[in-house]
Amino acid sequence: MWEYTDKVKDHFINPRNVGFIDNPDGMGEVGSLACGDALKLTFKLGDDKKISDAKFQTFGCASAIASSSALTEMIKGLTLKEAADITNDDIAQFLGGLPKEKMHCSVMGRDALEKAIAYYEGATIQQKEGEIVCECFGITDIEIRRAVQESGLKTVEDVTDYVKAGGGCGNCHDRIGEIISEVRGKPVLVKPVPKALTNVQKIKMIEETLDREIKPALKKDGGDIELVDFDHNTVFVRLRGTCSTCAKSQVTLKSYVETKLKELVSSDLVVSEVQQ
Amino acid sequence: MNIIYVDNNATTRVDPAVVEAMMPYYTENYGNPSSMHAFGGNVSRAISKAREQVASLINASPDEIIFTSCGTESDSTAISATISSIPDKKHIITSRVEHPAVKNLYEHLAKKGYKVTFVPVDRQGSLDLDFFYDHLTDDTALISIMWANNETGVVFPIDEITRAANDRGIVLHTDAVQAVGKIPVDVQKTNVDLLSLSGHKIHAPKGVGALYVRKGTKFTPFLIGGHQEKGRRGGTENVATIIGLGKASVLAEELVKTGMAKVGRLRDRLEKGLISRVQNAMVNGDTSSRLPNTTNISFEYIEGESILLMMNELNICASSGSACTSGSLEPSHVLRAMGIPFTAAHGSIRFSLSHYNTEEEMDFIIEKMPPIIDRLRRMSPFWNQGKPANTMLTGAECPL
Repeated sequence: MWEYTDKVKDHFINPRNVGFIDNPDGMGEVGSLACGDALKLTFKLGDDKKISDAKFQTFGCASAIASSSALTEMIKGLTLKEAADITNDDIAQFLGGLPKEKMHCSVMGRDALEKAIAYYEGATIQQKEGEIVCECFGITDIEIRRAVQESGLKTVEDVTDYVKAGGGCGNCHDRIGEIISEVRGKPVLVKPVPKALTNVQKIKMIEETLDREIKPALKKDGGDIELVDFDHNTVFVRLRGTCSTCAKSQVTLKSYVETKLKELVSSDLVVSEVQQ
Repeated sequence: MNIIYVDNNATTRVDPAVVEAMMPYYTENYGNPSSMHAFGGNVSRAISKAREQVASLINASPDEIIFTSCGTESDSTAISATISSIPDKKHIITSRVEHPAVKNLYEHLAKKGYKVTFVPVDRQGSLDLDFFYDHLTDDTALISIMWANNETGVVFPIDEITRAANDRGIVLHTDAVQAVGKIPVDVQKTNVDLLSLSGHKIHAPKGVGALYVRKGTKFTPFLIGGHQEKGRRGGTENVATIIGLGKASVLAEELVKTGMAKVGRLRDRLEKGLISRVQNAMVNGDTSSRLPNTTNISFEYIEGESILLMMNELNICASSGSACTSGSLEPSHVLRAMGIPFTAAHGSIRFSLSHYNTEEEMDFIIEKMPPIIDRLRRMSPFWNQGKPANTMLTGAECPL
């Protein structure tokens, strides 16, 4: 169970300003159903050019609903210039804090507000630019840089908590680590990746795999194989016995020998045949 | 405060009779069962009785039962013991919907160089048996497939899987943590080699489990230490909880025979009541092969954590497969493996009943859930005036 503050609970159980303003002056939509949370924010300006009304519709967890509710309360009575200064940390603080893993809910509120203000100002709703870093959640390097800078994030985990990047398959963790170090100007520890094998280790493992797995299988059909050379992850082999004259030897080489070596030694190996 | 507890696949209430059976082993009979004196010897005899009781629940013989600290330890022991006993085979099989106790260990072993096959499930959560048969090889050392799924309650065809394993001489382990105590589990009829069960899912306390090891199955201990459990699991016995598991097994045996039918009727009443009163709600999992106590219902266009916390306000305890409840950003691996659409996966709620639940409680939930769902949907941008809204945000922007 999450440790929510009383204020989060209050804004979740009794959300303020739920709904949609017809003919709004500002409207911002962020998130998606697939990603698990989404927010639609609308506001109306009064004659004094201050936000006179704001409403939200949110799909998401308790902290997403509470962050949206808090946001609408915070922006009422503000000029757009004042509202534009609200940060995600302001939203979290208004609620007495959010669990670290839920900070992305406050970021979603801030993003919706930015879009709503842009809508009013007639600016085209910002297209995502920059390089997509997290493909699972469609997060760009620009969004990650901004979060790292504004909220002083230090680790990949922090970035996931704030903007979700890296929360899916995890393939982008290294890239996120690089971005953090670029922004912060020093190297960052990313999740340790398995140490790469040295060439000597690879050759040893290839020999072992050939002897243990591959040769016995080929010998059953009267064939054999020998390791000739190893260079830049290419394994040069020579086929012997019936294999050397077999019409299917190329299939054997790719679909069996190479697959086995990739599986048991290293996924970046390529097998190449040396002619007799 | 009256708690309505429908989260029994997470844990269960310890039966008062179980507590009563355990207490003397904290207060008076605190001897070490390994001691030479009669004071300890009496405790040893009590453990033997508990072993018989647990064995009886699954129709095993007592010396095939090893007491452990939990279901996870049983799973880890079974899997590790098997692969270290069969070092020349490097292929292991499991399903895509296992409990993390098995799933994460298999993923760990994959990194260590094992070839791992995860058998997929269909939209109903049923195992793809064709895929399973196609991936049995001479190099396969172990199949570990759960008897019943904790999230959906779907019961796997463990008889057939076991026969396939037996025929090929492959060791078969089953995580039966959710099945034991809810449906008949008989290791004479279903010829599994190893079976895990957990105390706190069957009204015994947390901190105790058991592993069934069929006579003749190759075994190496996981916890290496003293001679306890005939050298198969070192460490001084957690005596009181073992006594508790024994007592709970006696009660569970009776419940499976007579009591679970009532639980099934309550579950059906709840499920029908909710599905008929809430639109855009659907049951996840094959209802024709399911534990009697479990129903997993998706309420579309809203999010599970919000539903749970609204229910929490009414002291109704359940759980969800939504991303937000797990602390991860993705919905449950079980629902994703089933291909449940995102509109539904995020809003899934699991109700898991026990014999302690009543008809009144089910009717209370049936009465209280529709307004909760309605309230959250009125907040949702994906819902508009009583039906799913047409909005740009519904697009599957992220391909998780």
